[in-house]
Amino acid sequence: MKSIQELEQIRNRMRDQMAKRENSDGYRIVVGMATCGIAAGARPVMRTLIDELKLRNKADVPVTMTGCIGVCRLEPIVEVFSADGQKTTYVKMDENKAKRVVAEHIVNGNVCTDLTIGAAENQTK
Amino acid sequence: MQIFRAHVLCCAGTGCTSSKSLQIIDEFEKHIKDNHIDDEVKVIKTGCFGLCAEGPIVVIYPEGTMYVRVAPEDVKEIVEEHLVKGRTVSRLLAGHHDAEAISQSLDDVDFFSRQKRIALRNCGVINPESIDEYIARDGYVALAKVLTEMTPQQAIDVVTASGLRGRGGAGFPAGRKWQFAANSKGDIKYVCCNADEGDPGAFMDRSILEGDPHSVIEAMTIAGYAIGANHGFIYIRAEYPIAVQRLNIAIKQAKEYGLIGDRIFDTDFSFSLEIRLGAGAFVCGEETALMTSIEGKRGEPRVRPPFPAVKGLFGKPTILNNVETYANIPVIFTHGPEWFNTIGTEKSKGTKVFAVGGKIMNTGLVEIPMGTTLREIVYDIGGGIPNGKKFKAAQTGGPSGGCIPAEHLDTPIDYDSLARIGSMMGSGGLIVMDEDNCMVDIAKFFLEFTVDESCGKCPPCRIGTKRMLEILEKITNGKGEDGDIEKLEELAKSISKSALCGLGQTAPNPVLSTLRYFRHEYEAHIYDKKCPAGVCKAMLQYKINPDKCIGCSLCSRKCPVEAISGERKKPYVIDQSMCTKCGVCMETCKFAAIYKG
Repeated sequence: MKSIQELEQIRNRMRDQMAKRENSDGYRIVVGMATCGIAAGARPVMRTLIDELKLRNKADVPVTMTGCIGVCRLEPIVEVFSADGQKTTYVKMDENKAKRVVAEHIVNGNVCTDLTIGAAENQTK
Repeated sequence: MQIFRAHVLCCAGTGCTSSKSLQIIDEFEKHIKDNHIDDEVKVIKTGCFGLCAEGPIVVIYPEGTMYVRVAPEDVKEIVEEHLVKGRTVSRLLAGHHDAEAISQSLDDVDFFSRQKRIALRNCGVINPESIDEYIARDGYVALAKVLTEMTPQQAIDVVTASGLRGRGGAGFPAGRKWQFAANSKGDIKYVCCNADEGDPGAFMDRSILEGDPHSVIEAMTIAGYAIGANHGFIYIRAEYPIAVQRLNIAIKQAKEYGLIGDRIFDTDFSFSLEIRLGAGAFVCGEETALMTSIEGKRGEPRVRPPFPAVKGLFGKPTILNNVETYANIPVIFTHGPEWFNTIGTEKSKGTKVFAVGGKIMNTGLVEIPMGTTLREIVYDIGGGIPNGKKFKAAQTGGPSGGCIPAEHLDTPIDYDSLARIGSMMGSGGLIVMDEDNCMVDIAKFFLEFTVDESCGKCPPCRIGTKRMLEILEKITNGKGEDGDIEKLEELAKSISKSALCGLGQTAPNPVLSTLRYFRHEYEAHIYDKKCPAGVCKAMLQYKINPDKCIGCSLCSRKCPVEAISGERKKPYVIDQSMCTKCGVCMETCKFAAIYKG
């Protein structure tokens, strides 16, 4: 090791990986991963969320899984919790929508209103 | 680089390893692969979480879900339920036996939420075999800062200002020790680490070396720079194979990264490290004996002064600190001595790790700020005494320490208050005793240990402790006489004054402190020929209460020496001349008709 910069490079590189074990006080993403969610394609959605978060240097945002919340017809469901405890529920997700949620909601703080459960329910009416 | 969505941390400390944690790790890897989530979930071998009573422990992040007492058979369920479907396996959660108190995350468990982990900051969090993970947690930042921004004197000043005292027992200020060694003239100096943890029941040093070896390496390198030493030795007992293995890996990695070796961080400072294995003699934890042993000679202490800071290893100025002391050093530099100063009491700064064992629910490792009371450790963190028994005393400081009775439960624990009540901090073993423990027997146990471990170099220790033990044996065998207590006290005082090293000087402490608080138990043994706790076999008889005995004959069938006889449906009797006092009858009786007296 010749310089502090070298040490910092390693530290920054590893921090992204280790972030999963720290308490993050920002956003938290929960993906519904019961049988219904998985069948509807929740796994690639989750994979995309993780890749996209890393791409945008947001790897400290935890992505966790949860079970079925009862609206299986709207799966894959992704919920975003903000630091103040507010919950946004996105439904019928796919990989492209997942990328949008990361870019617009997580990075820029704008809820993708058209993807939320409210929007989906309005459409079916 | 790949980012994983979940990390499975499995304890690979000595405690959990002996309950199959390595097999559990293999199972995790297998099932994760079988479920095709090996690109999402990473399995990490980590160090001791401290809750050894509940091991093997598995923690899954990002949720921080803690599973306890995991068996290899449980792994399939955890992978399929938790990792694939996101449903926690509640039967394996901490506190699951207690329906009210199921804790999902380890931060919610009382055992952890009440602790302050500084020395153990990385244990159970990082993979001890990965230097990168240590660096990610600000590892080696302190070393970089010291080498590039500070003079050796400034580094010593930081340690002095932090108020850090040696965690190995005596509590000598670490900064002052460093200053003495720095002031000593000499072109060759040494930095040594005492990892010869010998107190029965203490295992914090092992856990730090197993869970966070780099913190010790970093601190020793800083110490080398501060006092002007280019070479260090870690003296570790060979009975700690996992710790030795991880240290070897860590030293190799640090060398590869150039964090030890020549011209570290492109400065003029070079430092190398070597491991020396000890054969497990208790006396080799004493500083002069330890250095004699590193030199390749028989591990015997020598007279001080000259102190090691002046004339130590190979006759050169040397500092020797304990593992836990070193583990505190890097954080003192990254967070600043002022920060460290805010933790603890006026004269004892920082935290202390205790290995809590004996009659307590949560045996394991706890790290608490100095000044925490014994009551908080035993009841709030330790979960209290099992089977509804009463707390009698806690033993700290191992064979050099003493007992703290119930009346001092609210004493804040630090170096000085423990010394005031006749015990000592020691390296941090804390053995909890309940009403079933006989204090004379406890004193005898520790004295047996020191008699065994005495190196034999000086007569007060070699002969004196032996004489004390003989008196204790006499007392516990029901042959104690008037005047024995006084003889014990006299011997204890002269051994403390005249023994060559710390081992001998402190060897009488267990006797003195039990005499101070439990003199009546000694008197009961000597004058009434009774052991109040019912431990000393020579003084107790197993008897059958004829009012309660229904004559079921169970005890007489279980008795290994056929000492119980009688007629069915009538009270049985124990023949005292045949009874070996094994206690099997008392355990088997369903009617509580057998008692000790």
